[in-house]
Amino acid sequence: MFLKIGIVLVGLLSVTPIMLFVERRGSALLQNRLGPNRFGPQGLLQSVLDVLKFIFKEDRAPGHVNKFYFSLAPLVVVVPALMTFAVIPFAGNDFIIANLDVGILYCFSIASLGVYGIIMAGWASNNKYSLLGSLRSSAQMISYELTLGLSIVGLIMIFQSVKLGDMVSAQGETLFSIGGIDVPKWGIFLQPVGFILFLVSSFAETNRLPFDLPEGEAELIAGYHLEYGSMRFALFMLAEFVSMTVASALLSTLFFGGWQYLPGFSWIAHLFSDGNIAVTYLVSTLLHGISFVIKIASFMWFFVWVRWTLPRFRFDQLMNFGWKVLLPLALLNVFVTGLLIYLGVL
Amino acid sequence: MLAQRKTGFFNKFYLVEIIKGLMITMRNMLFAKRATIQFPEERRDYSEKFRGQHYIKSVNGVENCTACMLCPTVCPAECIHIVAGEREDKEKYPIKFEIDSLRCCFCGMCEEACPKDAIKLSNIYEMSQQNRTVYEKEFLLEQRGNK
Repeated sequence: MFLKIGIVLVGLLSVTPIMLFVERRGSALLQNRLGPNRFGPQGLLQSVLDVLKFIFKEDRAPGHVNKFYFSLAPLVVVVPALMTFAVIPFAGNDFIIANLDVGILYCFSIASLGVYGIIMAGWASNNKYSLLGSLRSSAQMISYELTLGLSIVGLIMIFQSVKLGDMVSAQGETLFSIGGIDVPKWGIFLQPVGFILFLVSSFAETNRLPFDLPEGEAELIAGYHLEYGSMRFALFMLAEFVSMTVASALLSTLFFGGWQYLPGFSWIAHLFSDGNIAVTYLVSTLLHGISFVIKIASFMWFFVWVRWTLPRFRFDQLMNFGWKVLLPLALLNVFVTGLLIYLGVL
Repeated sequence: MLAQRKTGFFNKFYLVEIIKGLMITMRNMLFAKRATIQFPEERRDYSEKFRGQHYIKSVNGVENCTACMLCPTVCPAECIHIVAGEREDKEKYPIKFEIDSLRCCFCGMCEEACPKDAIKLSNIYEMSQQNRTVYEKEFLLEQRGNK
């Protein structure tokens, strides 16, 4: 239990420096620049410097803020972001911190707590831009949570379970075979529309571009974390990257088979299975973990890639898109999935 | 008034356009030339006409300047200060020749006005200093260009 918590916590916390590097260097490369490449090979140690800078900066609260909520807000943002990972199996179904019966519902309920931290930060900062940013974030997160929830209803109907472990196990089966290549029963093949809806609304939930209206540096300076500096600001950043990781983990768990092997991995596992149960178990667990990490990493890169490609939405466009496009599509998706299940196709 | 653009039904879902945009950035990342100049190792190539740090041309260790006061007159920033003196052979020369590097706007009008081809602007552009710097005569007499 504690081992699993340790693995997940270390993994999630080390995501931040890695993503700091990927974000800076990736953004530079996508924009024909080079990015920080001086400290360490290819600038790999740059994020160490970034973290050191955050630690040694003066932890200062401006005079006009509400001190209690001001210092509470970063924690309220970070803790739910970290907690969400508890129900996600990361290397085989044994490796799950809490195998709750509510599963995915727990994820959504905890993830939506994060918005309280953002509202708290905006309100306690006593600054009009912060408040506007947090107002936007509350409106945005509430409207996109609907789509987020509805987009996986189809999957729940197909897999007959809300437990993520069951869902991943079910995705290990073969959907159909073409010429010897088995197409696995991954969520994306069963629910392509649901996948796109979930992807878009998870972008909105993690406040990433093109949905980063709460931060919107062009019009709101920095939004809800405007008055924050040093480690408190770093906590907001950590929360953003952790919720990105959780969103990527959910995307790969629900739609890309979670810890199920990537194509080719079962062959590697077959090489090492020499009858010794312990070795086989160890190798398969390791390969499951690596598959999961690779899936998460590619989604993380996708997040960065999209961030440096798309411009931000206008607020009315955001609301129109959420309520008039995504929500009806999600409802339609649920209806069609139900119809197909009733007809016995799925 | 906002111009109403015609968007097709499928364009409203943005998806195709987003994928096109993603392909463009990926193409840039993989194949485009980097715009960055890595400064200490690489330098930007400036034109020969570039106007950088000043120097006074000298021939056989004697400056060309005869302290005719044309450059402080023409200088729009009024950054050149000359105190004129006389040599033993009755020739006029600058006792003091100072250029306030922070006031100078590097317009090059002193260079154009000079009848003796004395004051010149070199190609050197790395002139950062930690305090307000006035270029003295000795400093200016270093030949740092071949104009």
